[in-house]
Amino acid sequence: MAIGWYLTVSALIFCIGAVGVILRPNPLVILLCLELMLNAGNLALVAFSRMWGHEDGQVFALIVMVVAACEVTVGLGLIVAIYRRRLPINVDDLSELHG
Amino acid sequence: MTATTFGWLILLFPLLGMAVISLTFRRMPAAVAGIVGTLAIALGFAAAVCALVALQGQPESHRELTSSLWDYAVSAGLDARLSILVDPLSLFMALVVSGVSTLIHVYSIAYMKSDRGYNRYFAYLNYFVFSMLLLVLAGNFLLLIVGWAFVGAASYLLISFWYRRTTATAAGFKAFVINVFGDVGLVLGTFFIFRHTGTLEFQKAFAAAPHVFSHNDTDLVAGCLLLLVGAFAKSAQVPLHTWLPDAMEGPTPVSALIHAATMVTAGVYLIARMHPFFEIATLAADIGAIIGCLTLVVAATIAVVQTDLKRIIAYSTMSQIGYMVMGVSVGAYSAGLFHLMTHAFFKALLFMAAGSVISAMGGEQSLDRIGGFRRAMPFTFACFIVGGLALSGLPPFSGWLSKDDIIGFLDHRGGGFLILGIFGYLGALLTGIYTFRMIFRTFWGEPVEEARELEHGHLVHHDIPTNPQTGEAEDTDVGFPGPEHHIAERDIAMRAPMATLALLAIIGGVLQIPGVDDVIHNFLKPTFAGSSLAQVDVKPGPSWVGLIIGALVALAGIAIAYGVYVRRPGTSAALQARFSRVHTFLYNKWYFDELIDALVVRPVQWMGRFTESVLERGVIAGGITGGTTGVVRAASAAVRRAQTGFLRYYAAAIIVGLSGMALYFLISAS
Amino acid sequence: MSAVLFFIAAIGALAGAIGVVAIRNPFYSVLALVCHLIALAALFLLLRAEFVAAGQVVVYAGAVMVLYVFVVAYIGGADEPLHRPGGALKVLAPLFGLAVAIELCIAMLGTVLKGVSTDGAPYVPGFGTPAHIGALFLTTYLFPFEIASLLLLVAAVGAVMLARRRRGLEPDEVVAPRAAVPRAAFTGTMAEAAGFRAGPGTTTEPEKQTEPIGAQTSPPAGVGSARDRSEGGW
Repeated sequence: MAIGWYLTVSALIFCIGAVGVILRPNPLVILLCLELMLNAGNLALVAFSRMWGHEDGQVFALIVMVVAACEVTVGLGLIVAIYRRRLPINVDDLSELHG
Repeated sequence: MTATTFGWLILLFPLLGMAVISLTFRRMPAAVAGIVGTLAIALGFAAAVCALVALQGQPESHRELTSSLWDYAVSAGLDARLSILVDPLSLFMALVVSGVSTLIHVYSIAYMKSDRGYNRYFAYLNYFVFSMLLLVLAGNFLLLIVGWAFVGAASYLLISFWYRRTTATAAGFKAFVINVFGDVGLVLGTFFIFRHTGTLEFQKAFAAAPHVFSHNDTDLVAGCLLLLVGAFAKSAQVPLHTWLPDAMEGPTPVSALIHAATMVTAGVYLIARMHPFFEIATLAADIGAIIGCLTLVVAATIAVVQTDLKRIIAYSTMSQIGYMVMGVSVGAYSAGLFHLMTHAFFKALLFMAAGSVISAMGGEQSLDRIGGFRRAMPFTFACFIVGGLALSGLPPFSGWLSKDDIIGFLDHRGGGFLILGIFGYLGALLTGIYTFRMIFRTFWGEPVEEARELEHGHLVHHDIPTNPQTGEAEDTDVGFPGPEHHIAERDIAMRAPMATLALLAIIGGVLQIPGVDDVIHNFLKPTFAGSSLAQVDVKPGPSWVGLIIGALVALAGIAIAYGVYVRRPGTSAALQARFSRVHTFLYNKWYFDELIDALVVRPVQWMGRFTESVLERGVIAGGITGGTTGVVRAASAAVRRAQTGFLRYYAAAIIVGLSGMALYFLISAS
Repeated sequence: MSAVLFFIAAIGALAGAIGVVAIRNPFYSVLALVCHLIALAALFLLLRAEFVAAGQVVVYAGAVMVLYVFVVAYIGGADEPLHRPGGALKVLAPLFGLAVAIELCIAMLGTVLKGVSTDGAPYVPGFGTPAHIGALFLTTYLFPFEIASLLLLVAAVGAVMLARRRRGLEPDEVVAPRAAVPRAAFTGTMAEAAGFRAGPGTTTEPEKQTEPIGAQTSPPAGVGSARDRSEGGW
């Protein structure tokens, strides 16, 4: 298959993830949607790596995975901490940073 | 070792002394600090003597040596180096400074013995000597300015040495502010000259001066006048002299060292050092001479009516420096510097003797209360007489030869300078009067209670020490004078320097007797080789006429003082009543303090208040700062609305931004 | 063959992604994401990135997702509305998403990159194998590799610090009612794991158990002292 197809899939997944981030108020699901967006990026990186015949893109993809894993651990830790404090698990209610 | 190596050593020893004392002052015993400080200056003096020997070994045309240790900034059009100039003039000054300083350090060991700030005192004193030596040995304008400012700072520290005494700190401020005013003059003057010569080095600047400046060149005259401002501030010349009498708040050895022998002569040194410029800018030189003449008369008239013992000597110092400034301004370089040297001897001696009298009075300085100390303190009396005679200029004392050397040169130049010379004689007459007024009132007459007690060997002690100026109660802890100040009669460490200075005051004149020898003139010749004025050879005949007139004038002054204060004791009161307005005018020091207050201090205060209230509060705080914060505040209030705190709105904003950016790239790519 | 596989995998990935966003229960969202990740791994394999695909399955779909499942189980995957009633974002969000998607597709179609329309560079044996990737990681990308490992460490420590129970910061009444629920000690309740951990040997245990919920105004002495000791933590 042409590389363009892969990139299109990547773009669609990215947009689905972005829409999810906006739509869902549950921080857990927001994290999942962020995973989606990161994976879309990964797919594009690997597709370009295939296109050029260089493995650098795959290396980037692996590092993105590492970053994603870190983000997940910290994000989930935050969610657990929020839960411990008996605060609502809803980003709309966590709006103390308003101006 | 060459002369310049010794030149660096002259600087090094006082610096080391200061560093050692100030870094170890908590642990070092007081006695050791005094010895270290004295030793440092003595070694500096020894180095100066070695430099002298080394320099005299050179042929006459090679006696101006520069040495540079390090380059601060050297590039096209700028040569800022750490360089010294060792030539007869700087070495002469270094010898006088370090020599007199050594004696005064020895004197201080005993004088300050009971003071709690003993180590601090010696650290300051060494710092002062270092600064002064740096000033005279500096090989370029930059280092000269550094030394100049250092000397001002050291003077401030030493005047306010008893820092809990309100009058002392106020005097320190005054001295420092006026000195800084002079510093500004010096820096600006340097700039005027540097702009044309393009070099900071003295030797190169002097060599370039005749080529870049025409006679009475405007820029050069301005530069020289600004240099004169610096010189006048440091040397206490009218109208920048008001700090010197107040500076007598410092310890007496400080007055002897700084405000008689060394620092106040810096202005004289500066004019002598810059003589190639002053000889081109004759207008500035003439102004310098006139101001010097004015100062010598004004200060002498004030000294005639003052009653504070130390302040009389301070005004006398101003007057004598007026002679020197007048001398070096008209070209009598060797005479002016000769007078500088002899003045250092006899004025330091007078201060030490006065300090002794004051401590015998328990801090009292007013002549109205002092009297009849002749029998109580014979040694002090002898020293005072020697110093007084030398100051008045009576043969064969040193002051006679040096002062009349200056006046002789003026007479020789003739014309308008003759008038200055006549004023010089007037000053000499007044000098005789006020010096012996001081001596007669201190040592003659009915002995006061303290003097009688002292004759029986009891030194007066106050139960509660007080500030003699204001009568405020003090203690004897650090920051105030110690419990007792030793009088010069008793301690060998004080007697030895005084005896040495007395001897020098008597015989110092032999260095330069018209027709007999010309040691100082010959020694300084290489420095002033390029000067046309210095080559003028005054014939011994007219010189001797001048000397005899000077001696007669001085004798007349002494006779008047004798008549008024000893033979008919009521005369002075009668005179005071008869000429009460003149007396008040002179007693208030020609109202210089009030004049400066009205002309400078008050306008500056008013300006400060104006800037504070209008510029600072209105324009800066209200307009600039307030306006900026107001804009930021209004803008942030507007932007704050967008900060809803809802995460999803932020995410949506990011997506909108992303789509906008993508759109931009798409449009710009197509 | 590869085209068929691509379409199957692509549809799987897109379906998984839509599932993540659309399913209301977070637990099922996580499962949809696992589905999506596995499909994505298949796409990676088609792109001859075998090591990345393996990492995707093992690390992502395996380890990270297990973490998600645990957290969902811990905080309770309650059903919730997709959005707040009346939220303007409900309409706007798909529009924004659509706009970005269209723009990206236009960019893809209008690109001048010739390679986009090809199957990619000629295949070289060993492309994408662990050996090659490892060589890159230990030569050219050594520094990013080390930084990534450091980042992982920091994230691990940070997560522990965040999720750790902090006494002293929480108000007492938040903790006390939970502990006061009558239940035998160490029966493995979530509340016990999360916070209050009173041993069966403490003298105050029976009294506390009989007290009604919320009646306890101050913690018992023994517990209070234990709390004091650990106060001032994070």
